[in-house]
Amino acid sequence: MIWLTFLMLLPIIGTAVIVALPKANETLAKQVALATTLIVMVSTIAMAVSFQRDNVELQFVEKYAWIPSFGINFALGIDGLALVLILMSTILAPVVVLAGWNEAHGGRWSVKTFYILILVLETMIIGVFAATDVFLFYVIFEAMLIPVYFLIGGYGTGNRSAAAVKFLIYSLFGGLLMLASIIALYVMSGTQGGHTFDLATLSHLQMSRMTQNLLFLGFFIAFAIKAPLWPLHTWLPDAAESATPGTSVLLLGVLDKVGTFGMIRYCLTLFPDASKTFTPMILVLAVISIVYGAILAIGQRDLKRLIAFTSISHFGFITMGIFAMTSQGHSGATLYMFNHGFSTAALFLVGGWMISRRGSSTIADFGGLQRVTPVMAWMFFLAGMSSLALPGLSSFVSEFLVLVGTFTRYPVHAIIATFGIVLAALYILIPVQKALHGPTTPGNENLSDLNLREKIAIAPVIAIILVLGFYPAPLLKVINPAATHVIAHMGFSDPVPTSGSK
Amino acid sequence: MTFSAPILNYTLLSPILILLGGALIGVLVEAFVSKALRPITQLSITVGTLVLSLAQVWRIRHEGSTTAAMGSVVIDGPGILLQASILIIAIISVFLIADTDHFTALAASLPGSDEERHAVQTGNQVTEVYPLTLFAISGMMLFPISSDLITLFVALEMLSLPLYLMAGLSRRRRLASQEAALKYFLLGAFSSAFFLFGMAYLYGFSGSVTFAGIRESIVGGSGNDVLLLIGMAFVSIGLLFKVGAVPFHAWSPDVYQGAPTPVTGFMAAATKVAAFGAMLRIYYTVFANAQWSWTPLLSAVAIITMLFGSLVAIAQRDVKRMLAYSSIAHAGFLLAGVIALNKAGLDASIFYLFAYGIATVGAFAIVTLVRDSGGEVTDLNRWKGLGKRSPWVAAAFAVFLLAFAGIPLTSGFIGKFSIFSAAYESGAKGVVIAGVLSSAIAAFFYIRVIVLMFFTDPIQDGTSVEIPSILTRSAIIFSIVVTIALGVYPAPLLNVITNLATFIR
Repeated sequence: MIWLTFLMLLPIIGTAVIVALPKANETLAKQVALATTLIVMVSTIAMAVSFQRDNVELQFVEKYAWIPSFGINFALGIDGLALVLILMSTILAPVVVLAGWNEAHGGRWSVKTFYILILVLETMIIGVFAATDVFLFYVIFEAMLIPVYFLIGGYGTGNRSAAAVKFLIYSLFGGLLMLASIIALYVMSGTQGGHTFDLATLSHLQMSRMTQNLLFLGFFIAFAIKAPLWPLHTWLPDAAESATPGTSVLLLGVLDKVGTFGMIRYCLTLFPDASKTFTPMILVLAVISIVYGAILAIGQRDLKRLIAFTSISHFGFITMGIFAMTSQGHSGATLYMFNHGFSTAALFLVGGWMISRRGSSTIADFGGLQRVTPVMAWMFFLAGMSSLALPGLSSFVSEFLVLVGTFTRYPVHAIIATFGIVLAALYILIPVQKALHGPTTPGNENLSDLNLREKIAIAPVIAIILVLGFYPAPLLKVINPAATHVIAHMGFSDPVPTSGSK
Repeated sequence: MTFSAPILNYTLLSPILILLGGALIGVLVEAFVSKALRPITQLSITVGTLVLSLAQVWRIRHEGSTTAAMGSVVIDGPGILLQASILIIAIISVFLIADTDHFTALAASLPGSDEERHAVQTGNQVTEVYPLTLFAISGMMLFPISSDLITLFVALEMLSLPLYLMAGLSRRRRLASQEAALKYFLLGAFSSAFFLFGMAYLYGFSGSVTFAGIRESIVGGSGNDVLLLIGMAFVSIGLLFKVGAVPFHAWSPDVYQGAPTPVTGFMAAATKVAAFGAMLRIYYTVFANAQWSWTPLLSAVAIITMLFGSLVAIAQRDVKRMLAYSSIAHAGFLLAGVIALNKAGLDASIFYLFAYGIATVGAFAIVTLVRDSGGEVTDLNRWKGLGKRSPWVAAAFAVFLLAFAGIPLTSGFIGKFSIFSAAYESGAKGVVIAGVLSSAIAAFFYIRVIVLMFFTDPIQDGTSVEIPSILTRSAIIFSIVVTIALGVYPAPLLNVITNLATFIR
């Protein structure tokens, strides 16, 4: 069964239905979007069930000639890593639609357009994780920018068009560097057995050290902008501040993962030697991201910017786990990507509800929500705890794995990164204290608590955070073989832990 | 003295002959058909001629001959493809030219004179523009298939002279339009002189004006290299002028701005195809063996052209001038295809020319629609909020801009990718890196226009969007469909190009 194409087609069909709907009936458009994303989610879960966990080869492979003159194929296939990310994205999509039921109303354009953009984006998200043809990946990687650009610029708040442009320019710049690298790969493949963009074939290209380093940088900078790694992160807080909560979830929770996903799938696979060369530098950047993101998060007055900076810190952890080059680090990083998607979603969605009720995103404007809106306050508290990786919640497992995996090879980095956890406690607990506890700030007395729709939307997110905190095994069983495979491809084996008595 | 009659293969020459015939009929129509009937008659003759010519081009697509006109032209795949591109671009351009609101009522009248007022009142129209267009197109068709310097020069003049006139026919801001025409003419004449001068040197070098003869001398290495170098340099200057490469670009912003917009679109798209077509033939077949003499210089020109066009475009406040600088940048990208000097470079250039030409006509078609009571509004500030007033027109313009910027899933991306990969393959890495960099710069100003249209609120100043006529509408829709189709599934066209595009020497 051609699962992946099928998954990519579903949202397109939904889009077509929405286009055909009468303009006036906004509710129907929302319902169609919700139904579509739910069907995609169920189909993805059905696909995941038939995924063979121990098989490290790509599965559900499809291949159709697309532009034969350049050897370009519409080629799809997933391993454990891609499966986990597709699963995360397709679960988050209906949550975002349901949670942001009224998000599109403040936009420049119609509600219909909003959901068309969301559904088109979902197709591209599935495609970008499933592509096994570098050209196809690049096309989707770049084309994805357009719907996001319009989602931020058209439906956001505040200085939305400037934020949208900043996002687009940063991403396009990175993308063009990657294009140069891709062209070089393509040309080299021509001299080594015929022009191709097939990822597996390209990963066996012979190239000089210098070439490999340069091409690696072309890819890496693009991904580091996306992920975002310090010092290429400056677009993210602006974008997150201006975008609607739902868009932010998709942007930080899903799209930024394309960056870290790309580091594993493309940087490490295509340029194993260059990856090793640059590892020390990248680890330093990752550690800086962890600490810098955390410190700046503490200093934020705006709730959305705060969440954006916590994400920068978290992406530092993910990048560190990837480049620690141990299987624990890798598994941890992949699991981290999944968990970060949900904890960020929880923070943004609950934060978004708080903001829309209060009419302000300044943390100081909140206060005493625990008394006025207990359910909302508890949800925010849980989301925050997940973000600071409280043991028992899902993020703890992944953060722990990343630190363990890094420590065996780079103890100093791991130790500095551990301070990130301490800072995380600060950046979460301070806003929690200010916003939820203490006396009720004037103006907050009459805020309403979560309604049924919002409770239903947030329930699966919280459930996943709790369940995976206690029992992450199902996911790890999918992730581990893929992680071990990448590490083995790189020519690494895990360092044997030295015993404590030595 | 015996005189042998020339042997001409009329079938192979028929696409051009049909056009010339149509143009001549057009001239007669001017003389004998009543004023009221002229516009419709001219339009149908012009479109009919173009379609007939296109059909004829398609019919002979597998032919190949160097003797179709006693060695003066060569019929081969690249020539056919370029001719077909020119014709398709010409057809949709004529759809725009058919909107008489862009053209002066009486070209010969002084701006602001009683004579002009009278012409406007009586509803006079310059239907001469149709035969002029056909003459220009026949020159463009001949340009890329010429295979000796004399024919090349004749074709160059044939395509240029009507264009000089057409640039001066604008209905509004007539002085600017006439200034543009004069500027275009003077600088054009100057570059023709360079071209002619270069021809003389090449003749001095090889003792021949035919491409085959010059190539043989280059391959044989017998001639005086100084003559060859000077000849190549001057001929290149003439060609670089036509494509608007830096430092021979100075005319293009003023002419783009001053000329009637449909003419600008036609000129920007079709002239580029013709001139690059001729350039590709000359560099790929004649100068190929001397590539070490010209590649470094042409690479420098390409790099400067890309960067200059992209950088200066950022500062433009007028949409037509912005498109002019964007077209300069694109000339730089296209030069990368000339420098590549391989089969992939040829294929890529032909694809790029077609894709760019179609998108350009489409973009200028949109420009013709945004107007106020005094004619077109080209000030970008007054395009603010266009997306709110007329979402479809703004969306169409956005698609063309994204194609110019080379965003995936538009034809521009496939073109850019194929041309850069061909250049990289030939070792021109510096050109590719400059190309990628200037693409990033260029993306900035294309996106700025999109921001302007969609993300800012409209100002109330009487700017409105004309309801497009059926012809304009179909030109825009055609351009959009081609731009997106070639971005999503370019394989069929690429296959045709790969199969056909091989130069016959």
